[in-house]
Amino acid sequence: MSAAIVDSGARRRRLLSGAGFGVSLLVAALAATAAGAAPAGVYFPETFTLANGLQVVVVTNRRVPVVTQMVWYKVGAADDPTGHSGIAHFLEHLMFKGTDTLAPGEFSRTIAKNGGQDNAFTSWDYTSYVQTVARDRLELVMRMEADRMANLRLTDAVVYPERDVVLEERRQRVENRPGDRFGEQLNATVFVHHPYGIPILGWKHEIEALTREDAERFYRTWYVPNNAVLVVAGDVDAAELRPLAEKYYGVIPARPVPERQRTREPELTAERRVVLRDAEVRQPQFRREYLAPSYHRGATEYAYALQVLSQIMSGGATSRLHRRLVVERKLATAVWLGYSPSSFDLATVSLGASPAPGVEMPALETALDDEIAALLAEGVSDEEVATAKRRMLAEAAFARDSLSGPAYAFGTAIAIGRSPEDVEAWPQRIDAVSRDQVNAAARHVLSRGDAVTGLLLPAQSGRGS
Amino acid sequence: MVEINGRAARVIVTVGLLAGLLTGMIAGPARAIAIQRVVSPGGIEAWLVEDHKIPVLALELVFLGGAAMDPADKAGLAQLTASLLDEGAGPYDSQEFQRRLDDRGISLGFDAGQDYFSGSLRTLADTQGEAFDLLRLALTAPRFEAADVTRERNAMLASIKRDLNNPQSEARRRFYAAEFPDHPYGREVGGTLDSLPRITAEDLRAEVAGRLTKDRLMIAVCGDITPDRLAAALDHSFGALAAQGSPDDVAPVVPRDPGGTLVVSRPTAQSIIMVGQRGVLRADPDWFAALIVNHVLGGGGFGARLMQEIRVKRGLTYGIYSALAPYAQAGLIVAGGATVNDKAGEVLSLIKAEWQRMAEHGVTDEELADAKTYLTGSLPLQFTSTSAIARIILQVRRDKLGIDYLDRRNALIDAVTKDDVARTAGRLLDLDRLTAVVVGQPAGLTPAVPTEGAAPTEGTAPPANVPPPPRGPS
Repeated sequence: MSAAIVDSGARRRRLLSGAGFGVSLLVAALAATAAGAAPAGVYFPETFTLANGLQVVVVTNRRVPVVTQMVWYKVGAADDPTGHSGIAHFLEHLMFKGTDTLAPGEFSRTIAKNGGQDNAFTSWDYTSYVQTVARDRLELVMRMEADRMANLRLTDAVVYPERDVVLEERRQRVENRPGDRFGEQLNATVFVHHPYGIPILGWKHEIEALTREDAERFYRTWYVPNNAVLVVAGDVDAAELRPLAEKYYGVIPARPVPERQRTREPELTAERRVVLRDAEVRQPQFRREYLAPSYHRGATEYAYALQVLSQIMSGGATSRLHRRLVVERKLATAVWLGYSPSSFDLATVSLGASPAPGVEMPALETALDDEIAALLAEGVSDEEVATAKRRMLAEAAFARDSLSGPAYAFGTAIAIGRSPEDVEAWPQRIDAVSRDQVNAAARHVLSRGDAVTGLLLPAQSGRGS
Repeated sequence: MVEINGRAARVIVTVGLLAGLLTGMIAGPARAIAIQRVVSPGGIEAWLVEDHKIPVLALELVFLGGAAMDPADKAGLAQLTASLLDEGAGPYDSQEFQRRLDDRGISLGFDAGQDYFSGSLRTLADTQGEAFDLLRLALTAPRFEAADVTRERNAMLASIKRDLNNPQSEARRRFYAAEFPDHPYGREVGGTLDSLPRITAEDLRAEVAGRLTKDRLMIAVCGDITPDRLAAALDHSFGALAAQGSPDDVAPVVPRDPGGTLVVSRPTAQSIIMVGQRGVLRADPDWFAALIVNHVLGGGGFGARLMQEIRVKRGLTYGIYSALAPYAQAGLIVAGGATVNDKAGEVLSLIKAEWQRMAEHGVTDEELADAKTYLTGSLPLQFTSTSAIARIILQVRRDKLGIDYLDRRNALIDAVTKDDVARTAGRLLDLDRLTAVVVGQPAGLTPAVPTEGAAPTEGTAPPANVPPPPRGPS
């Protein structure tokens, strides 16, 4: 059971190549070819909604007799009540601790006995539970997942040791390494008012005070069929799935769910800097975070153009930033301009780099500033846009070569307020992005005056090694 | 789950995952992936799983012999070579080579572990001609231009520096150094800050000429290609390789197992614990019994004893796992996890107690039955993509398990008896040989008198079912 932690580390450039940090890959197209037009679909899902409001998406893939079931709840860490950070993630752990008819731990034990695998994860906007099993065990996992949607039963004896587990998880993910602490501090500065600035795992002192009653209240409020999405991918189709969905999930009554209470970021006019110095740091890192529109908030018309921009700037070895800063000027070993539009509220565009040996951080920052300035002054070229789109659509052609990829794509999309049609339209919408839109999107995001610059530095000199 | 940084760590995790994976193959799905042996006119052999449902093609290859063959003062040579093969070859400089890959959506990459130099190719069916040609150039005509060598070397140096403040990497380094003090397995696959600068372009060229040769090559392919087309492609991509390479000089080795506990002081919130001792080779007749020992002890996720005792019952850790690490010339069984510093002594004691309980009593009937149903039932879950299938087939071939292995595997697992498991546990697990490394500010430990050195690897190998990181604002 893991929390969603957005990777904050410096990555090697190969991890950055491809269509917009991989998210786009998940929503990309089968039939696109390097030269061809964008296809009118990606996964070709079947969808239906039960009478109690549960949305269902089925993506058939008959390569092997295996299915992945995911249930996504449209609630996440950014919906934690004030002062109770970490409750969404804590509840995710507790969902394995038993129901009226299942003993604590029996859920996962049963799946393992049946040769299956299961897990769960929490993000700011959603909480998701996943099992992968042989096709003939689908009914078993549907019965158990539906059971814990309605019948979770918690006792102090299982809740409080699990809270200690979460504190260990926090130490392991955040506290052991300066680079991880840096990421958390930086994020808390990017969002000054919105809960995206609060760690998914929660702040330590608030985790320590979470109670069984907090978890039960959160569960009763949000875990209902009309606030959930069932996605099943693999060796099954809607005609086969629907009777099972009706039988197990259809009997759970709907209940009213509150609106998600999300604050808006205030107007900020100052640049901010976060500097973490630590004797343990041997490889410094540069980061800069710009608030940006997502698919769902802000100037959403730029969400596709920003993906193209990210591809132009850091999509692979021939991208602008890699070519300029790594290959030609030799200032960095890795550089990226990352963007993921898949959030309910505002997203960020993340500029980052690892200095090459002997390069001082101020020189690297100046070079990055120059690249951004040149981008804003001169814009991108028609050829850059065409090449980026062609590559994104070419990479997209591999999307169906994955069992669970489609389940993640539809779950994420619907959980943040989008539709299956949006997922299917990704290739066409990328294909429609123009050079003017990329340039306008770049200006909209990168000329903001409230970006946050982060420096991870060795304790002594404050310079790149 | 926490990402494990460092290239050597990947070796361990990979081995662990694949060990689990190959245990799980069941008869039904095995039939679904019929393997054909394809031999080209030029004598190049590949195993093929033909699948025309999706217009995608994946090729996986290994050359036997990896980083363990690096000269001692040039550790990292195999990995640096791997990182440079796609950075300019034949008529194309680095930028042009990468452009050709990216514009066609072709993925081509190389890597090196201790025992193997590996390559992966993935392409759409309609760009396979270009893909096989770029593969040929990468293997037979890499340029190794000075600027490219410097850039890739710097990237590896940066990666090593990032790893230096990773306590899990520290534990792994110390453990392997203690178990293999006089053998290349005790070194880092990616080299060191000292060794990488010593590597020259001549070394890289010698590496390609001496190691990337037909006598060491194994290939597996899955996807949208016919045997005839594949045969032609094999000769095109690999025909020009030299027939024979330099001899493999990596000696068999028995892990030292110095025992005791080495404490490495680091300013971390947790103590990272890694323990281990000599295990089994893949060819060991007790391999499947050992796999079940590991599954019940700590390889089986939440149901495993270490997780139950240390996480579920006591809340002392986020994760604690064990794994078999079958290298070509040595086997290990390792375990590890992380806990708040105050509890390090308690957790290490609990690990040892489980080690001893398994050694003395083996597994129960119920544990044995559950392990078998998981290990036999979970294989098809690993066939998640064209590339994944090619990797599985290649591993079957590499480990000399036989082309019909996937059909036999269930029966091999089901044949393991409770006595087999008890005997194997008694043979493998020995507290006197158990070697521990603890990195952090641990309390409750006997001040470590490292008899000779210390202990384990990456303690917290993530469980096999790690989800991809969900997306959100960063």
